[in-house]
Amino acid sequence: MTGSASVTREHGLELLRQMLRVRRFEERCVELYSATKIRGFMHLYIGEEAVAVGAMQALEPDDAIVATYREHGHALVRGVSAGSIMAEMYGKLEGCARGRGGSMHLFDAATRFYGGNAIVGGGLALAVGLALADKLQGHRRVTACFFGDGAVAEGEFHECMNLAALWNLPVLFLCENNRYAMGTAIERYESETDLALKAASYEMTAWSADGMDVLAVEEAACRAAAEVRDGDRPCFVELRTYRFRAHSMYDPDLYRSKEEIERWKEHDPIPALSERLRDAGLLDDADVEELEQSISHEIEDAIAFAEAGTLEPVEELERFVYFEGVAP
Amino acid sequence: MSVAPAKTITYREAMREAIREAMQADERVFLMGEDVGAYGGCFGVSKGLLDEFGPDRIRDTPLSESAFVGAGIGAAMGGMRPIVEVMTVNFCLLALDQIMNNAATITHMSGGQFAIPLVIRMTTGAGRQVAAQHSHSLEGWLAHIPGLKLLAPATLADARGMLAPALADPNPVLIFEHGSLYNVEGELAADAGPVDLERAAIRRSGSDVTLIAYGGTLSAALAAAEEFASTGIEAEVIDLRVLRPLDNRTIIDSVVRTHRAVVVDEGWRSGSLAAEISARIMEQAFYELDAPVARVCSAEVPMPYPRHLEQAALPQSGQVVDEVRRMIGVRPDE
Repeated sequence: MTGSASVTREHGLELLRQMLRVRRFEERCVELYSATKIRGFMHLYIGEEAVAVGAMQALEPDDAIVATYREHGHALVRGVSAGSIMAEMYGKLEGCARGRGGSMHLFDAATRFYGGNAIVGGGLALAVGLALADKLQGHRRVTACFFGDGAVAEGEFHECMNLAALWNLPVLFLCENNRYAMGTAIERYESETDLALKAASYEMTAWSADGMDVLAVEEAACRAAAEVRDGDRPCFVELRTYRFRAHSMYDPDLYRSKEEIERWKEHDPIPALSERLRDAGLLDDADVEELEQSISHEIEDAIAFAEAGTLEPVEELERFVYFEGVAP
Repeated sequence: MSVAPAKTITYREAMREAIREAMQADERVFLMGEDVGAYGGCFGVSKGLLDEFGPDRIRDTPLSESAFVGAGIGAAMGGMRPIVEVMTVNFCLLALDQIMNNAATITHMSGGQFAIPLVIRMTTGAGRQVAAQHSHSLEGWLAHIPGLKLLAPATLADARGMLAPALADPNPVLIFEHGSLYNVEGELAADAGPVDLERAAIRRSGSDVTLIAYGGTLSAALAAAEEFASTGIEAEVIDLRVLRPLDNRTIIDSVVRTHRAVVVDEGWRSGSLAAEISARIMEQAFYELDAPVARVCSAEVPMPYPRHLEQAALPQSGQVVDEVRRMIGVRPDE
C-alpha cells in the first residue's frame, strides 16, 4: 500500500465494506447472467473497485456523477440501492431506470447519477455541461466524470478538456486507466501513454495515482475535488488500475496473458486494504465475517426484490420517448 | 386580433428578437456556438447580443461541435435553457453522436427521469453556391430519430414565434433556418409572439391539389400555386412547420378534400421526409387519391458549385407546376 493517509477503524471498515459490496454484487451478477436472469452487455468492475470507492469519498451529496457502461460499482457506492440496480438489470419496472436502461444505463436523479453512458467518451461533454450549469447558476458543486483510458483516444476527450479548461468549469475528470480499450492494450493505441500529460497540455492540473490502492485514490480525489470546488476549475486524475475479468460477458479475453492477470491480482485492492487494517490492529476475522454477512444479506435482498419485480406493461412501450411533465 | 402596428422586419431580425426576448424573460437562457459573440453569428442572427448580454450568456465556442452540443445537453439537464447554434446542418454531423445517443435517448433510457430542455438552431439548405459541404438539407435524417422535435420556420411569424415554445419544451428541439430566408423581409405585428408547435399551417386554401412544403421550399410551392390561380386550378399549400412529430391530421384532411398531393422537399428523394409523407398518405388516404402522390425533391447529387447546376439540383416551382399538370391531365400547351 502506498496511500500515505492514516485511516481510522471506522473509515477503514467503510472503505472495505464498499469495495466488498461491489465485488460480491458483481460476483452474483455473473451467476445471474449465466442463469439468464440478466441479459445484454454486462461489464464487470472487478479489480477496479478502489477507484469508485476512493473517488466517491471526495463527493458531496449534491455533486453530480457521470459514469460509463462499467458503472455498477459507482452507482452502488453513490447510494443507488442494490435492489433498484439489480431490478434494472432484470429489466423490471422497479429498476433505477424502470428497466429501460439495463446494466449499461443506470440513472438516478435523486443521487444526481447521470448514467451509465455506453458511448466511449460520450459522457464527457455532459459533465462539461452540468458543470457549466452549476457555474452559471452560482452553485459551488463538482461534477465527477468517470471514463476509461480508451476515451482518451476519442476526439471528444480533447474537445472537452479544452472546453472545461477554457471556461474554468468545475469538472473532476477521473480517468480509470485499466490499460485496455476493450481488447487493445494502451501501448497499441496511444502514441503517448502518459495520460495525465495529455490533460496537462490543456492547462489543467493533472496527475496520476495508484488506482489499486483505495487510500491513494481517496487522497488524490479529495485533493482534486478541493481544487475543483475552491479553485473553480477542472482537474484531471488518472487512476492506474486493472480489470481482473474480461471486458464483457462476450469477451473470451484472448489478448492478454494469464500471467499478466495474475500479476495484477497480487495488487487486488480488497486484500491490500484488509491486510493494512489488520496490520494496524483495526480489523479482525469477526469484522470480516460481519461485513461479509451483512453484504450477503443486502445482495440476496436485492435479488429477491428484482425477482419479485414487475415487467412494465407493453402498452407503455412508447412512454418516456418525450419527457412527461414540465422540465424542472 | 392584434392591434399593434405592423413593422418591417427580416427573418434574421425576427430570430434575433426571439432570442433577445427569451434571454430577457429567463435568466437560464443562454446562447452558445461558433462565432455567435464577437462575430455576431455566421449569418448575423446574434449581432449585438454580446454587448447586450455579455460573454457568459453569449458564449463563443471552439470549433468543437460534439463538445458544445453535448455541453448544451448537460447544461439543460443541470437546469439551464441553452440555445446552441450549429453553423450549418452539415456541421451538426460532427455532433450527431451527442444529438442521437444522448439528447434523443437519455430521457427514455433513464425511465423518464431527466428532461432535456435544449434548443439547437442550425442553418440548412442550398441556393448560395457554397457547394457540397455547406448546402444540404438533412432534416429528413434527423426527423428519423424518436426523442427529438424538429421545427422549420418558413415565415417571419414562425421565425419570431417558435423559439419561446421550443425553450419551454422539456425535450430537445432542433430549429432549421433555411439560409435563403435570412434576408426575406416583410411585415410583422410589433407584438408578434409565441406560435403553436403542434399543427402544420395551410398557407393557401384550394380544392384541386395539395402542395406540401416546409422551410425553403414553401416559396416554390406558393409560386406554383399562384401560377395555377389564373387557370382555374386551386392548389392548397401546406407548410409543415413541425417536421417531427408530423401533423398527420392537417395533411390527410387536405388530401381528402383535394384528392391529389405533391410533396416539395429539398432533401434527397431516397429515404426523405417526402417519402415518409407520401407513405402516410398512401396508408391513410389511398382510396381518396385520384392520382399517385408526386414528389419534387433535390437531385441525388452532392450539391455542385456552379449556379446553373445548383439550381438544376434544387426543387423549382416549375417542376411543381409540371407535376400538378401531369396529375390533373392538363397538357403544358392548354
